[in-house]
Amino acid sequence: MLRIISTFGRLLLTAMGQTLLLALYGLFFACIIGMIVGIMSVLRSRACRFVAAVFVNLIRGVPMIVLAYFIFFGVPYLWNTILGVGGMTLSALHAGSICLALNCGAYMAEIIRAGIESVDVGQMEAARSLGLPWWRAMHRVVLPQAIRTMIPSIINQFIITLKDTSILSVIGFPELVNTAKNVVAATFMSFQTWAIVGLMYLIVILLLQRAAKVLERRLKYGAQ
Amino acid sequence: MERNRIAIHVSHLKKSFKQLEVLKDISVDVKEGEVVVIIGPSGSGKSTFLRCLNRLEEASGGEIMIDGIDITDKRCDINKVRERVGMVFQHFNLFNNMSVLRNLMLAPVDLKKQDRETARKDALAMLARVGLSDKADAYPHQLSGGQKQRVAIARALCMRPDIMLFDEPTSALDPEMVGEVLEVMRHLAHIGMTMVVVTHEMGFAREVGDRVLFMDDGLILEEGVPEEIFGSPTNPRTRDFLNKVL
Repeated sequence: MLRIISTFGRLLLTAMGQTLLLALYGLFFACIIGMIVGIMSVLRSRACRFVAAVFVNLIRGVPMIVLAYFIFFGVPYLWNTILGVGGMTLSALHAGSICLALNCGAYMAEIIRAGIESVDVGQMEAARSLGLPWWRAMHRVVLPQAIRTMIPSIINQFIITLKDTSILSVIGFPELVNTAKNVVAATFMSFQTWAIVGLMYLIVILLLQRAAKVLERRLKYGAQ
Repeated sequence: MERNRIAIHVSHLKKSFKQLEVLKDISVDVKEGEVVVIIGPSGSGKSTFLRCLNRLEEASGGEIMIDGIDITDKRCDINKVRERVGMVFQHFNLFNNMSVLRNLMLAPVDLKKQDRETARKDALAMLARVGLSDKADAYPHQLSGGQKQRVAIARALCMRPDIMLFDEPTSALDPEMVGEVLEVMRHLAHIGMTMVVVTHEMGFAREVGDRVLFMDDGLILEEGVPEEIFGSPTNPRTRDFLNKVL
């Protein structure tokens, strides 16, 4: 095991960096998608709610590995060959980020919708009764309360997404699992390698959970 | 203040939720400075009627004029009207994510573009008026029900409304806290605020109300000065209701 660490430690750490980079890109855009789609699904407009529901159901209904193949191979093929436009190349990092963002975004949208709906309607009514427009009331009163209740679910989704990056090894992105496979192929030490890799994921996720706990405490009202 | 100007004019208001007809045909005028108290059994449409007055519920038919502005007209800027019509809710609905002071300052700063310092002074003065100066930095969950409701009234007053709507403001309170809230409302009535109050507090209705409306089944069945309604009600349903609650 020490030999693996001394020989491949750097390589595995770099791969962990790539995993985190991918997760970060994915989560960043997932938050934006989740926010937009989540809010669309509580609007009064039927069209908005319909579009949001279709998006969420579509993404949730397809395994992420299929989505990954579709975006990485399928979309450029459609663009370059079927439509004949040509010139489209999609790096594994970009395809992977899009894939994670869409997948995680759909789940985030559901978390955000549920979070908003968990806030008592009286809060919105009180804000509206003072003359605040819907969006201001949402922004100043409802969302801050909703986000507080959403934090545990969001952190949970972050963790799932971080682990889901491993699925993107199938499109050849040099993240941790993909790199570990190469290490095993070179050394045949599968027990040691996978134990190390598992430990690496575990450490990162435990750190993330600690940060979440601190954040949750900080967001308690009147606790300063 | 000129006491004869009409502050609220409602004619043939109807409101249905799907098949259910909650308000059947409501017509009433409220003059400036008048305190109108609405009583009636639960499910009679009192709260729905009140909520129509600032369009928290959309009227299904009829006309509602607030200070001459038809709020049933889709083109009217309802937010501008709401700035002048304060509302107090049964369950207080204080913004849980803000301190008491920020609850009071939110709308004035956001909508009237008051600078924060002016808004702060104003809010503190308003808190003093409801006897809660020491609670400025408290959060809603740290207050008793009576205190919450007084903050809610102060919050509405910070917008300097011309009209105040009260939707069963004491129904969710422990009995010993009802008095402190009614006291604030009594004071408001005395300084000439136009008020529409839905309540089960018959003592308050009798003492403070200029006029009492008895509602049942989506209609105003009887209206008059408190002495008439409580002393010699003519409608049998009013008599029946008062017998049960008094």
